[in-house]
Amino acid sequence: MSGVPMEHGLVLAAMLFALGLAGLMFRRNMVFILMSLEIMLNSAGLAFIVGGTAWGQPEGQAMFLLVITLAAAEASVGLALLLQLNNRFKTLDTDAASRMRG
Amino acid sequence: MMLVWLILIPFIGGLLCWQFERLGDTAPRWIALGTMGLELLLTLWLWWGGDFQLPEIAGAQASQWVLEFRAPWIPRFGIDIHLALDGLSLILIALTGFLGVLAVVCSWKEIIGRVGFFHLNLLWILGGVVGVFLAIDLFLFFFFWELMLVPMYFLIALWGHSGTQGKTRIGAATKFFIYTQASGLLMLVAILGLAFAHHAATGIYSFSYDDLRNAPISDELAMWLMLGFFIAFAVKLPVVPLHGWLPDAHAQAPTAGSVDLAGILLKTAAYGMLRFTLPLFPEASQAFAPVAMTLGLVGIFYGALMACGQQDIKRLIAYTSISHMGFVLIGIYAGTQLALQGVVVLMVAHAFSAAGLFIMSGQIYERLHTRDMTQMGGLWGRLGSLPGFSLCFVAASLGMPGTANFIGEFMVLFGTFPIAPWVVAIASVGLVLAAIYSLFLMQRVYYGPAKSDEPLEGLDHREYVMLLGILALVLFFGLYPQPLLETSGAAMHEIQRLFTDPALTTTILPTGAS
Amino acid sequence: MMELSMSLLLPLTFLLPLAGTLILSLSNGRLGECASATVGVTSMGLAAIVTVLIALQYIAEPQAYGVTLWRWISVEDFQPSIGLALDGLSLTMLGIITGVGFLIHLFAAWYMQGEEGITRFYAYMNLFVFSMVLLVLGDNLLLLFFGWEGVGLCSYLLIGYYYEHSANGWAAFKAFIVTRTGDVFLAIGMFLLFFELGTLDIAEILRRAPEVWAEGDPTVELAALLMLGGAVGKSAQLPLHTWLADAMAGPTPVSALIHAATMVTAGVYLIARMNGIFLLAPDILELTGIIGALTLLMAGFAALAQTDIKRVLAYSTMSQIGYMFLALGAGAFDAAIFHLMTHAFFKALLFLSAGAVIVSCHHEQDMRRLGGLWRQLPLAYAGFIVGGSALAALPLVSAGFYSKDEILWQQLASGHGGLLLAGMVGAFLTSLYTVRLIILTFHGKPKSDNARNAEAGRGLVHGVPLIVLAVLSTFLGAWIDPPLENLLPAPAEGEESWHLVLELVAAGVAIAGIAVAAWLYLRRRGWLAKHTSMGWGAWLWTFWNHAWGIDELYDRVLVKPYRGLVRILRRDVIDGACNLFAKLAWLLHQGLSRTQTGKLRFYATSMVAGATLILLALALMP
Repeated sequence: MSGVPMEHGLVLAAMLFALGLAGLMFRRNMVFILMSLEIMLNSAGLAFIVGGTAWGQPEGQAMFLLVITLAAAEASVGLALLLQLNNRFKTLDTDAASRMRG
Repeated sequence: MMLVWLILIPFIGGLLCWQFERLGDTAPRWIALGTMGLELLLTLWLWWGGDFQLPEIAGAQASQWVLEFRAPWIPRFGIDIHLALDGLSLILIALTGFLGVLAVVCSWKEIIGRVGFFHLNLLWILGGVVGVFLAIDLFLFFFFWELMLVPMYFLIALWGHSGTQGKTRIGAATKFFIYTQASGLLMLVAILGLAFAHHAATGIYSFSYDDLRNAPISDELAMWLMLGFFIAFAVKLPVVPLHGWLPDAHAQAPTAGSVDLAGILLKTAAYGMLRFTLPLFPEASQAFAPVAMTLGLVGIFYGALMACGQQDIKRLIAYTSISHMGFVLIGIYAGTQLALQGVVVLMVAHAFSAAGLFIMSGQIYERLHTRDMTQMGGLWGRLGSLPGFSLCFVAASLGMPGTANFIGEFMVLFGTFPIAPWVVAIASVGLVLAAIYSLFLMQRVYYGPAKSDEPLEGLDHREYVMLLGILALVLFFGLYPQPLLETSGAAMHEIQRLFTDPALTTTILPTGAS
Repeated sequence: MMELSMSLLLPLTFLLPLAGTLILSLSNGRLGECASATVGVTSMGLAAIVTVLIALQYIAEPQAYGVTLWRWISVEDFQPSIGLALDGLSLTMLGIITGVGFLIHLFAAWYMQGEEGITRFYAYMNLFVFSMVLLVLGDNLLLLFFGWEGVGLCSYLLIGYYYEHSANGWAAFKAFIVTRTGDVFLAIGMFLLFFELGTLDIAEILRRAPEVWAEGDPTVELAALLMLGGAVGKSAQLPLHTWLADAMAGPTPVSALIHAATMVTAGVYLIARMNGIFLLAPDILELTGIIGALTLLMAGFAALAQTDIKRVLAYSTMSQIGYMFLALGAGAFDAAIFHLMTHAFFKALLFLSAGAVIVSCHHEQDMRRLGGLWRQLPLAYAGFIVGGSALAALPLVSAGFYSKDEILWQQLASGHGGLLLAGMVGAFLTSLYTVRLIILTFHGKPKSDNARNAEAGRGLVHGVPLIVLAVLSTFLGAWIDPPLENLLPAPAEGEESWHLVLELVAAGVAIAGIAVAAWLYLRRRGWLAKHTSMGWGAWLWTFWNHAWGIDELYDRVLVKPYRGLVRILRRDVIDGACNLFAKLAWLLHQGLSRTQTGKLRFYATSMVAGATLILLALALMP
C-alpha cells in the first residue's frame, strides 16, 4: 500500500479544509455554510485516514468513524436550524439572523 | 434558645405571609403585623426581665452577655452559631421590632401588588437585621450581613417608585446592592485575615468574637484589617465619599423600605463599629480616630449642604440621614462613656425621626402623587393634622430639645468635647445647617400660597395612631432617656474600657512578633 | 409646709400652659374659635394666678427655692435634672412672662377674632409661655437651653403664622436661623463650662467658677464670649439683629409678647443669670456694653426712617435692649433687669395699641397711609401717648424714665464716658422717632380710606389689657421693685451729687428730642419731605430704612455664597466621582459589545484570524 505518498494525501486534506473554510467565511446562504462545514469535517477525516494508513495504526480509522458520527449529528442539527431560519425569516441568509448582536 | 427564636420568628412569619397570600391580600398583612408584634413583645419581655446594670466589679473574664446561645455549625473551621445579647443589641432589636410593625402598617394601603411576597421580603430583612444584632461569631455575622441585602434589593426593585431625572428603581436597587456587596466582601476578607492570623498564632481555627478579640496580631496588620471592617461599615452608615447609594435607594424605595433602611439598616453599621471595629482593634481604631472624626465632620456638612439642594422630598430626608450619621461617627470614635451612650440615644432617636419623616412623605405622596417639592407648597391648610406631625418630626430632626435627637446629639457633643474640642465646635455649626435644611422642607412643602383649593384627604386612624406613637416615643425619650441609658450602660462601658485602655484587655504583641 | 406647696406651685407655672397646648393640639380642629381662645387664655390666667401665689410666698419668705422633678440624664458625672430654681431674678421674669403674657393672650382674643386657625395660634402661644417659663426657671444650663430653643421654635411658628404668604415663611426662617446661630455659641459655651467645671447646675457653676479661674483667665473669657454670642442672637443685638425687623410678619400680639416683652430679653436674663462668669471676664463685659451702645444707636437711626408702625417699634425694641446691654456692660445687672421689666410693660402697651390701630384700620400698618386717628381711636391714642412717653423716658411721670436714668447713671458711676454719650444720643433719637410715630399715625389728615373708616375696638377683652399696661407704664410701674437684693452683684458706686445733674441732663435731652420732633413733624413737614426725597437726604433715608444695609451685606457675604455652593453641589459631586467607576465599566462594555455583531460569518472569520494568530505566535516563538 504505497503509491500515494502521505504528503499528497495531507495536501489534499489541507486544500479541502481551506476550501471549506473559505466557503464558511464567504457564503451567506446557510445551505452552503452547512456544506462547507461538511467539507471541513471530511477533510479532517481524510487527514486522519491518511495518517493512520501511513503509520499503520487503527486509531485513524476509529477517529474517522467518530467524525462521521459527528458530521451526521451536525448535519441534522444544522438542517433543523436551517428550517427554523427559513420559517422565521423567510430567507436562508444567515446575516438576517443577527439579533444576538451586543 | 430564646435568641434563636428571635431570629427565626421573622423568617417563619415571612414564609407564612407568602403562602397565605392565596387567602387574599389582607391575610399577609395581618400575619406580618402579628409576627413583628410578637417579636417586639418578646424583646420587651426580655428587657423587662433582664438585668443590664453595670456589674459591680467589671472583671475582664466576667461574661458581658445577658443571654448566650452556642451550637456548632462548621466545626472544621471553628465556626459556631454563636448568638449573644447585651443591652446594646437588645435596644436595637426592640427598635427593629417597633420599626417592623411600623413598616407593615405604613404599607397597608401603599402596596397593592404581590402582597405576600412583599411581606416575605420585609420580614426577611428584619430577620437578617436581628441576626446581625445577635451574631457574635464573625462568620455568622457576615452571613446575616449579606442575608439582609437580598430581600432589600427586591423590595426596592419590585415595589419601588421610578424616580426623577431618569433614575429607575432597578438602577437604584442595583447600586445599593453593588455598594453593599462590594463592601461586604471587603469585610469578609478582613474577617478571614483575622481568623488566619489567629490560626497562625495559635494553631486553632476560630471565628469567635472572644477568641479573635485576643488574637495576637501586629499593629500593621491590625490597621489593615481594621480598615477592612471600617470601610464595610462606612458604606452602610454611610460615611461621605461612600454614600452614593443612599439617596437613590431611599428615593426609589417604597415607604416601608425607606423606614427600614433609615431606621435600622443604617444602624447595623454603627452597631458593627461599636461591636467589632473598636473592640477588635482598639489601638488601630484609636490611631484612626482623627481621620474618622474628620470624615464625620465632612459627612455632617456635606449631607446638610446636599439636603438643601434637593427637590425630591425623600432625597432631602436621605441626605439629612447622612448628616446625622456624621454625629454618630464622631461619637463612636470619641469613645467616652458619655459620647457612646449619646450614640445609642441618637441612633434610636434618628430611627424614630427619620421613620416619621419618611412616613410623612409617603402619605404626602399617596395624596399628591408627587415627591417634587416644587409642586407642593401651601399644604398647611389642606392636610388635616399631618402638618403638625411633620413639624414635630422636623423639629426632632433639627435637634430641638425635648426630643430624643437633642439628647443624643448633645450627649455626643458633650462627650466628645474633652477629646476633640475643635471637632465639637465645628460640628455644632452643623446644628445651624440642620435648621436650614429642616426648615427648607417646611417652607417648601407647607408655606406659601396653596396650589389648589381642592381639599385633600386627612389622616385616617391608622395613620394618626402610627404617627402619634412615634411622636410619643420621641418625646418620651427626649424627656426621660434613662431607660435607654441604663440598658446600654454596661455594654457601652465595656466598649469604652476596651477602646480607651487597650493595654488592660489584650496581649497584643509588638510589631512583627506574629 | 412652705416647701411642699412651692414644689407644687412651681411646676404648675409651666404645666398649665403646656396643658393648654396639649388640649388645643390634640383637639384636632374640633374646638371652635371661642373655645380655643377660652382654653388659651384660661391656662394663662391660671398660670398668672399661680405666679401671684408664688410671689406672695416669696415675699413672705425670700429665699432660693428649688424643685427637682426628675433626673433628666444620668451618665457618669453628667447629671442634668429637670429641676426648677426660683429666686428674685426668675420671679421677676416669671411675673413678666405670666402677667404680661396673660394680658396679651387676652388682647389676642380680640385681635384674632374671625381669623382662621385660632386653635393653632393659641397652641403656639401657650407652648411659647411653657418654654419661656422653663427658660427662666431651669436650674441648669441644659434645661435653660431647652427653653431657649423652645421659644425660638415658637417664635418661628408664630412669625410664619400666616402661612399663605411665602414671605412670612421666609421671615420666620430667617429669624430661626439667625437666632440658632447664636444658640450654637451658647451650646459650645455649655460644652466648655461642663468640661472645665464638671457641672451644668447654674448655682454650682457660679460657685465653682471663681475657684477655678482667676479674673481675666482666657478660658473664662472664652466661655463668657460664647454666652454673649447666644445672648446677642436671641436679643437681636449687633451683629445678629437682622431677624427682628422681619419678625414683625407675625400677628401683632405675637410681636408684643415674643418680640418685645419676653423672648428677646432672654439674652439679658442669661447674662444677668450668669453674672459670675461675666464678672470674671471684664473684657467681655466691656464688649457687652459696646455692643449695646452700637445697637442702640444703629437701631435708633433705623427707626427714624421706617414707614411701617411695627418696624418702628421693632427697631425701638432693639434699641431698648441695647440699653439693657449697656447696663450689663457696666455691671449694673439690677438696672438692666429693672429696665427689662418697665420695657416689657410699655413696649407691650405700644405693640397692643399698634395692634388696635392695625385691626381698626383694616390691617393697614403703613404710617404713610394712616393719620388723624386720634379722634376715632381714643384708647389706642392714649396707649401710644403713655407708652410713647415711657419709651422716650418723659421725666417723672413715666416708668421708662426711672429705669433708663438708672442705666445712664451707672455708666457715669462706672466711668464709661463714651457709652454714656451714646446713651444720651440714643435717648434723643428715641424721643425723635417716638414723636414721629405718634404724629404720623394719629395727627394730620387720614391718608387712605382704611384710615378714614377706622372702627374702634370695643369690649373688655380689648380695653382691659391696654388700660392695665398703660397704668403699669406710668411711674406706678416703676414702683414695682424687683426683688433682686443680695442676688446680683452690686454695681459701682458713684458720686451721688452727680446723679441729680445727670437726671436733669437726661430729662433735658428727652424733652428736647420731643420738642424738636414735634416742631419738625407738625410745622416743617414739607421741608422734611423735600429733603428726604433728594440728594444725600434721600440716600440717608434709604440707608437707614434698610437698617444700615447690614441685611444686604449678609445676603452678599453669607446667603449668596451658600446658595451658590448648594447649587454647585446639587448633583452630588462626590457621588458623581464614585459613579465614574460605573461610567468606566459602561465604556468598556460599549467597546466590547461592538464585537458581538450577531453575524455568523464575522464570528467564523474572527475565529480563523484568532487561530491563525495563535499558530503564528507559536511558530515564531523561539
